Amino acid sequence: MNPPSFDSVQVGDTLPALEKPPITRHTLALFCGASNDHNPIHVDIDFAKAAGMPDVFAHGMLSMAYLGQLLTHWVPQSALRSFAVRFSAITQLKDRITCHGRITEKFVDNGEHRARIELKAVNQDNDVKLIGEAVVALGH
Amino acid sequence: MIDRKFIGHRFTPSSVEVEKGQLKFFALAIGTTDPIYFDEAAARQAGHPALPAPPTFAFSLGLARPDPFDWIKELDIDLGRVLHGEQQFEYLGQIYAGDVITLQAEVVDIYDKKNGALEFLVQRTTVTNQRQELVGIMTSSTVVRN
Repeated sequence: MNPPSFDSVQVGDTLPALEKPPITRHTLALFCGASNDHNPIHVDIDFAKAAGMPDVFAHGMLSMAYLGQLLTHWVPQSALRSFAVRFSAITQLKDRITCHGRITEKFVDNGEHRARIELKAVNQDNDVKLIGEAVVALGH
Repeated sequence: MIDRKFIGHRFTPSSVEVEKGQLKFFALAIGTTDPIYFDEAAARQAGHPALPAPPTFAFSLGLARPDPFDWIKELDIDLGRVLHGEQQFEYLGQIYAGDVITLQAEVVDIYDKKNGALEFLVQRTTVTNQRQELVGIMTSSTVVRN
């Protein structure tokens, strides 16, 4: 897989959206084990309630991993230069996350052709859960 | 309130081997469809020496020790009151199955908003492989609900 060429992409272009299945308790149990994030607030409802939350909720890093998939479906991982997100709202059980990316800038840095991509993970009601940005290298 | 004296505090570094079984489990947990992340033959065919770790996996490596929340206790924070605020990765190289990765975290800032109702702890972690190559830098912002 090669990254798209610099000339073939334009500011305003969007990446193919990535739709994920609804988040279940099972999703969170798997991600707890696989990601090493054993914070009980994501899997133990008793712990979550004692901490003042109505129920368990998703790991922010689960949705960031989904955004990572959006990026690596578009460019090989070796083209990633930076990837940053802000977790703007809690992702709840049953939320269906869709990942979006849009090119906001094309530039040359260190002699390398690059694109800046604005990232967003939203739920089924279009509520923004993560907002972020990535910089990727493009081909000539 | 988190004691501001911890700004500049460096935590004990941790070293962890990247296990291919865990990479496959991680790929399953996030519903990965690209086989280079869970099928070694596909990874090799794509030019990789082993299974590559996906873009956010270094964060999980930072949690791969017996008590990953020891730093929260060290700073006297209640685990039930923390939220992940922001996360950044800077990529300088690729992490592969079989690598031994050393993570060194440092507190770079502590500040509050809303008269202390929310506190923010910013940590920067260097990610280095067994050849002493810096493969990435992670910056994490943790929010504490006081």
